[in-house]
Amino acid sequence: MAAMLQSFGVATASVAFSDHSTKLSGFSVHSLPALREGLEEEMDRDPRVCVMGEDVGHYGGSYKVTRGLAQKYGDLRVLDTPIAENSFTGMAVGAAMTGLRPIVEGMNMGFLLLAFNQISDNCGMLHYTSGGQFTIPTVIRGPGGVGRQLGAEHSQRLESYFQSIPGIQMVACSTPYNAKGLMKAAIRSENPVVLFEHVLLYNLKERIPDEEYVLNLEEAEMVRPGEHVTILTYSRMRYHVMQAAKTLVNKGYDPEVIDIRSLKPFDLYTIGNSVKKTHRVVIVEECMRTGGIGASLTAAINENFHDYLDAPIICLSSQDVPTPYAGTLEEWTVVQPPQIVAAVEQLCQ
Amino acid sequence: MACSATTRIIHNPLAISSSRSAEKSDFSCKILSPSSFWGSASLGKKLLSVNKAISPISRRSATVVAVSDVVKEKKLKSSSSVSNLLITKEEGLVLYEDMVLGRAFEDMCAQMYYRGKMFGFVHLYNGQEAVSTGFIKLLKKEDCVVSTYRDHVHALSKGVPARQVMSELFGKTTGCCRGQGGSMHMFSKEHNVLGGFAFIGEGIPVATGAAFTSKYKREVLKEDCDEVTLAFFGDGTCNNGQFFECLNMAALWKLPIVFVVENNLWAIGMSHLRATSDPEIWKKGPAFGMPGVHVDGMDVLKVREVAIEAVGRARRGEGPTLVECETYRFRGHSLADPDELRDPAEKAHYATRDPITALKKYILENKLASEAELKAIEKKIDEVVEDSVEFADKSPVPARSQLLENVFADPRGFGIGPDGKYRCEDPKFTEGTAQV
Repeated sequence: MAAMLQSFGVATASVAFSDHSTKLSGFSVHSLPALREGLEEEMDRDPRVCVMGEDVGHYGGSYKVTRGLAQKYGDLRVLDTPIAENSFTGMAVGAAMTGLRPIVEGMNMGFLLLAFNQISDNCGMLHYTSGGQFTIPTVIRGPGGVGRQLGAEHSQRLESYFQSIPGIQMVACSTPYNAKGLMKAAIRSENPVVLFEHVLLYNLKERIPDEEYVLNLEEAEMVRPGEHVTILTYSRMRYHVMQAAKTLVNKGYDPEVIDIRSLKPFDLYTIGNSVKKTHRVVIVEECMRTGGIGASLTAAINENFHDYLDAPIICLSSQDVPTPYAGTLEEWTVVQPPQIVAAVEQLCQ
Repeated sequence: MACSATTRIIHNPLAISSSRSAEKSDFSCKILSPSSFWGSASLGKKLLSVNKAISPISRRSATVVAVSDVVKEKKLKSSSSVSNLLITKEEGLVLYEDMVLGRAFEDMCAQMYYRGKMFGFVHLYNGQEAVSTGFIKLLKKEDCVVSTYRDHVHALSKGVPARQVMSELFGKTTGCCRGQGGSMHMFSKEHNVLGGFAFIGEGIPVATGAAFTSKYKREVLKEDCDEVTLAFFGDGTCNNGQFFECLNMAALWKLPIVFVVENNLWAIGMSHLRATSDPEIWKKGPAFGMPGVHVDGMDVLKVREVAIEAVGRARRGEGPTLVECETYRFRGHSLADPDELRDPAEKAHYATRDPITALKKYILENKLASEAELKAIEKKIDEVVEDSVEFADKSPVPARSQLLENVFADPRGFGIGPDGKYRCEDPKFTEGTAQV
């Protein structure tokens, strides 16, 4: 999985510079340190930014995203909490309401199910029910997704569970470059943002710029421009899609790959422009089929761009099963590149 | 035996450290012998019969802390002089006015509800005024208050104008939350009322977070901050996980917070004694390393004495306190509750302990103010409440344009539309007719 990422395409205009693939400066970094860099830069910039979660301090984070930060900023700014997700997430909400900018780490995103009460009722709703008086600038982040035989409860795909909550934004990072940029953007946002990281993507390596950059939370990322079909994806499935794309290119297809990044709200402009060009859409996601991100995206595209579609949208989601432990079963739970190739071939007949 | 151990807490709280040593059990189990515990194994078989034989009233009076009783004792010994009184005239009138405001306002809410001016779930505070007044009148404007759905009076005590609260209840734009919150979600940034929560226990972590901010400001941002947070909640909440989780974190980090339990014995129709293995909530404080205090919540002066110590502790950075106030709600759980389960004898008993009547008696007996002055206050409050209803009546209902405002602090959160513009720039957004 530790693959050298080729930078494929152009990020959108709001980014600090237009084409990071051609920049020879910058430095090579893995996703994990990129996240930490983003975090550290924001903590340097604003003393109200703080982190709370289990083992984020002295242990440096279960996936080491916060390594070294407690030594640098102290135990109060990088707070080791007891195992009480609902309460420390609520504590982050109270701290945000009174002027701090807390980042809550779920040791595994799955644990945040215990904090659903606070995320839904308080993060999502308090700005509205208070008539706009209080803002909740929290970031809720953590590793999620299907890993390598971590078992059902550590391999959850929670995007679908949170997506209906009014008042929160959701983004998913997938590369060191967008990990750092989205982390910084999420911290600076006045809205509560859920940042989905993936357990298997912490070891990717990429060159990222030296200078500071912040990405746009609401924008999607053009990974590979193309003409024949639009493939919409996010997080780990981006890599399965790019693998499938290689096969497809060899077979003569020209897929356009977009990493939607913003799971809520959808960037209907980037997505729409692509649909208007290719007229065919495949969605590839790790989320479950039922009520997943893909389901919402299918509905949104059908509603807004129905006239431009030459064929029904194909949505490839992972199976609606608890992630099995056995390696073979786990492999069949998520979408694999051959399935993506087959779907594109079917769509383009 | 009960009085001596708990009185020690009231009069000498500074001597009690909140460290997790065995000494903290001083103010827990010594007070009652094991045989009188409801949950003790030896009573197991007798539990049901004991429930019926001993009414909750007499059971509880055995453990009531009588602060002013002790003070009255002191008074009898020395000659009665003004310096022995617990409050000055000004303080007395402030307390009286606040409690009368709370009572009059809630009574008006009931009237307005039955006249169809407010809807949904409305939970009134009648009878519990001593707790709100006793605690909140000690706070500065920067201190924070977090409450539950029974939050009208907490908001009023903290300084939110009656007009804004009544408008909010009527669902008008001039309400403190622009009509978007309602009875159970009273917020005020100006007066630091952090809600208003419908789910019990949900507000306690928020209060813990506000206290965390206070500590953070002092220790990380190096600001001169001694703000305190009060979290109010009921007996039902004390069986909830968030309560225990927050007691732990507050004591662990010595957060400047006071957990105020308004134990009115009933969680809708569930008696506290039927829901709780050990009904003495104040004992749960020492289990987590903080002082636990039990006080008569029908007596505003007793509550105030305890509050002075608890808030003082928090302000000095000595950490949290758990205060259990024995109180009672004269009305049902909400205006929709037929209130059939509570024993009329119990209600009658607590009616004789009406906190407003008690304070009035204290003020008149100790010649702090005249009957006429108190009547003037009552009249003034009646006018304030009438005015708030008039104001709310005349205020406009929210326009459609308000529907989509305030969902996001940064409305770019609604995303980018197909035309490349942010959806919040679409005129339909300001009109409230866009589909999100």
